[in-house]
Amino acid sequence: MKTAALVADLVTEFKTHGRIVIVGASLAGLRAAEALRDEGFNGSLTIIGDEKHEPYDRPPLSKQVLKGWVRADHTKLPRMRKVDAEWRLGVAATGLDRQTKQVRLANGDQVPFDRLLIATGVRSRPWFNPKEATLEGVFTLRTSDDSGRLQAALAAKPGRVLIVGAGFIGSEMASVCRELGLAVTVAERAEAPLVGALGGVIGDIAAAMQRDHGVDLRTGVSVEALEGDANGHVRRAKLSDGTTLDVDVVVASLGSIRNTEWLDGAGLATGFWGVACDAGCRVFDINGVVTDSIFVAGDIARAPHALYEYQFLALEHWDNAVFGGRVAGHNMVSLEADRRPHLPLPAFWSGQFGVNIKGVGVGPFGDEIVITQGSIKDRRFAAAYGRRGRIVAAVTFNHGKWLEYYGALIERSAPFPPPPPGYDQAGDMKPIPARFPDPRVPTGVPDVVLTGHDPNERGAEYRPKKRDPVGATKHAA
Amino acid sequence: MRIVIDLNRCQGYAQCVPLAPTVLKLNGEEALMYDPNPDDSLRQQVLRAAASCPVQAIIVDRLDEKGEKA
Amino acid sequence: MQSKTASAVAAELKNRMTPETAYAEAMKFENRANPYPFFDELRKTPVARVANGIYAVTGYRELLALAHDPRVSSDMSHSPLSARLAVEAPAEADHMKAYGKAKTMITSDPPEHDRMRRQAMRHFGPPHTPDLIPKMEADIQRLCNQLLDKAKGKTRLDVVDDYAYPVPVAVICKILGVPLKDEPTFHAWIHDFMAGLMDMGPEAATEEGKARAAKGKESTAALMQYLTELIQRFIREPGESMLSKMVNDDGADGRMSPQEAVSNAGLLLIAGHDSTVNTISHCVLTVLRNPGAFELLRSRPSLIPAAVEEVLRVESAVQFFPSRSALADIEIAGTVIPKGSAVFLMYGAANRDPSRFPDPNKFDPERRDNEHFGWGSGIHTCFGGPLARLEVNLALETFLHRVKNPRLVVDPPPYRQSNVFRGPQHLLIDFDRIRD
Repeated sequence: MKTAALVADLVTEFKTHGRIVIVGASLAGLRAAEALRDEGFNGSLTIIGDEKHEPYDRPPLSKQVLKGWVRADHTKLPRMRKVDAEWRLGVAATGLDRQTKQVRLANGDQVPFDRLLIATGVRSRPWFNPKEATLEGVFTLRTSDDSGRLQAALAAKPGRVLIVGAGFIGSEMASVCRELGLAVTVAERAEAPLVGALGGVIGDIAAAMQRDHGVDLRTGVSVEALEGDANGHVRRAKLSDGTTLDVDVVVASLGSIRNTEWLDGAGLATGFWGVACDAGCRVFDINGVVTDSIFVAGDIARAPHALYEYQFLALEHWDNAVFGGRVAGHNMVSLEADRRPHLPLPAFWSGQFGVNIKGVGVGPFGDEIVITQGSIKDRRFAAAYGRRGRIVAAVTFNHGKWLEYYGALIERSAPFPPPPPGYDQAGDMKPIPARFPDPRVPTGVPDVVLTGHDPNERGAEYRPKKRDPVGATKHAA
Repeated sequence: MRIVIDLNRCQGYAQCVPLAPTVLKLNGEEALMYDPNPDDSLRQQVLRAAASCPVQAIIVDRLDEKGEKA
Repeated sequence: MQSKTASAVAAELKNRMTPETAYAEAMKFENRANPYPFFDELRKTPVARVANGIYAVTGYRELLALAHDPRVSSDMSHSPLSARLAVEAPAEADHMKAYGKAKTMITSDPPEHDRMRRQAMRHFGPPHTPDLIPKMEADIQRLCNQLLDKAKGKTRLDVVDDYAYPVPVAVICKILGVPLKDEPTFHAWIHDFMAGLMDMGPEAATEEGKARAAKGKESTAALMQYLTELIQRFIREPGESMLSKMVNDDGADGRMSPQEAVSNAGLLLIAGHDSTVNTISHCVLTVLRNPGAFELLRSRPSLIPAAVEEVLRVESAVQFFPSRSALADIEIAGTVIPKGSAVFLMYGAANRDPSRFPDPNKFDPERRDNEHFGWGSGIHTCFGGPLARLEVNLALETFLHRVKNPRLVVDPPPYRQSNVFRGPQHLLIDFDRIRD
């Protein structure tokens, strides 16, 4: 009885007097802050963000902002409640001292904490050639500032846009270019767009979709060099197949780099795939021992997922940030009995070429696919992915009302292939290989990556181990 | 005012679009695009749209720009 | 926690209704104003066999799952009710064909359903016609005001006949291209259809019920004939109305065939106003029944949209639609719905499931996470939802704004015959005056 009372006192005491620092002022950080206040945390809350903007929503940046409908700085996230925090925006965290429990900032300040939430997310992988990256007209897209610059460049009606990388964001940007009536070439190293996340069978459909909308899609090809004119503006791109393109805008859509550099030397389980944590968002130290006072949420987190053989999942998904932020917030002010797991059913969407692509589960965990409902020709269908006789993921193209049926099957680890629909059956329901790329072959960095069982396992290296400077690449205004 | 739409929840019912036509647009049959920071004068329309969503995917601010209850 | 004596437990078990009895009670006309205690009883078995070959779903999670399950068909030709009634009661079987010879959107499955819905939506809403509904706002507002203007100088009105009914029927006629001057005629036909063929309760099997059904069948045939002539006229002389465009304009899916257009015209005309009338009536009834609700919504009109949804949760205008059936054995809620069973998704009942909605019988306009089934669920979710909501929101806003001190004259009011499309027959209110 005495211990229980002591424990209850500890929680109350912490909720009243504890100091929490959240590093990362975007979606996960904001929702965690709101969750903390919802939980009755009344102590000091500091939110640190390297961007000078208050938390804003990123998905519109590759769609309605680029299209010119919405201003780049007009995607501020709605607030669900007051968070009563000290906001330190426009200053990056540069180090973590676990002995003294302080976060070091770029301006030299030290911010003490009792508990810390890491929510620093990811940044765009820059163009691999630093000199070429400084050419005017070469962009990456991650921040609202990026989006504003790129929107202006597209509005100036460039002769041709080159998008390097046909993942979800690259494909969405290509779609916007076509909606704006711009000539656009997409260069993708893999055999088809979207293969990292959805496999080659769906990738082929995505490729046809792009070409039907007038995209000059080049697959199996990489961009080896960019050349500029005398004014320092990009004008040409050299492809690995020997061809040269005349281009005025180049967007490097090469995936993400986790913002873990500031944690170097802190003795945490960080690496290429992010910051490893348990399913309650508590970070592992470098030995694989879970810490008590350091939590992580959002794009930068890697957590074991019971549904996927406890493999660590690193999810760059919107609702992973929302749910993870909320669970981390709850768990930061709870002790063992009250902690909750963060066990999302991974889910994502992409709006491109007039199609709403929605997915659930982890496609790359599977090796087979079966198209279940609808028509591939009409680009309205549902498909399920399986592994060893169990359904592990599903995707719909303009068929989103059916997705939750497959989501429920995935949650139950139901048999694969799933039962045939009672109508509108897409084919013979025979599974075929889903054609996910060999993980040893470098392609893009997909949104959902399976990163092995051990907290310190680095997984496949896709690029030479080079220190990218914190704070992203420079690009022309 | 501020909104964000949970496009994972959204299944493309589009019950919302006609109720706030300058804020919500359908791209194709099902993909929803929206203005995240619409003018305050559109608040009642946005509230009608948010209430109409069968899966409650439209999240409307509960605080206004001053940080007070909206 | 009190422990029960053995005899108390036995008594409780004895009194507990079987699903069959609970369902029958819920469907009885005498319980039309408040079927909910019987739904609560029925929901103890959230997926339950309630009659031979019929399963009723009253649990929220179970209904959500089945409304998204591609083994559940809406094509009535798959339902055992079609086949059985054709043998046992030919007159009632015809209600399955009540919407016309061709299937409608609501009674078909993908791909036909999807294609029809796209063909109709092309001329009604986004992505192709996003402005039609918003442009109706001025008309709707004007109609609401005119109706209340008519009540000036009075102190009593029937919300159903004098307010809730005239607005939606005028709006749908204008959109579809059905002449409003014919309203007295088709109003009577629709009444007969509803009263005769949309009563799934035990009264339908009585002599009186059978007579109603026969009349319903006759009136429905007359309505279909009327709509056939209307569609044929649109084919000869194309116009700007939705029905005309459906049979004349070629989009990616082509034009709708005349047969399908007639059937769907019936659906769009009836569904396009009748449930809206019931919803407006239920809004007034619910608001006036709940002390403080009127003042709350008057002082905080930003709550009105959510209040409308909450009314639909507690008084769903479409309680269920008897078209669905299982195309395979479906395992759910610890039971199996056998292939070939009729499946009734009981929206009104599931909307009061306490495991999903805390304090489910309470009307709470500020309720969070109100993902109710008042408009259905899944691919058949109400086609006209945005239009209906615009009408109901404006009707309620205008009522709140202009009717001073309204009071219910009788509660519960008399209800219409149908337990499928449920609403008050009349809703008398007294009031002090109508404001400008």
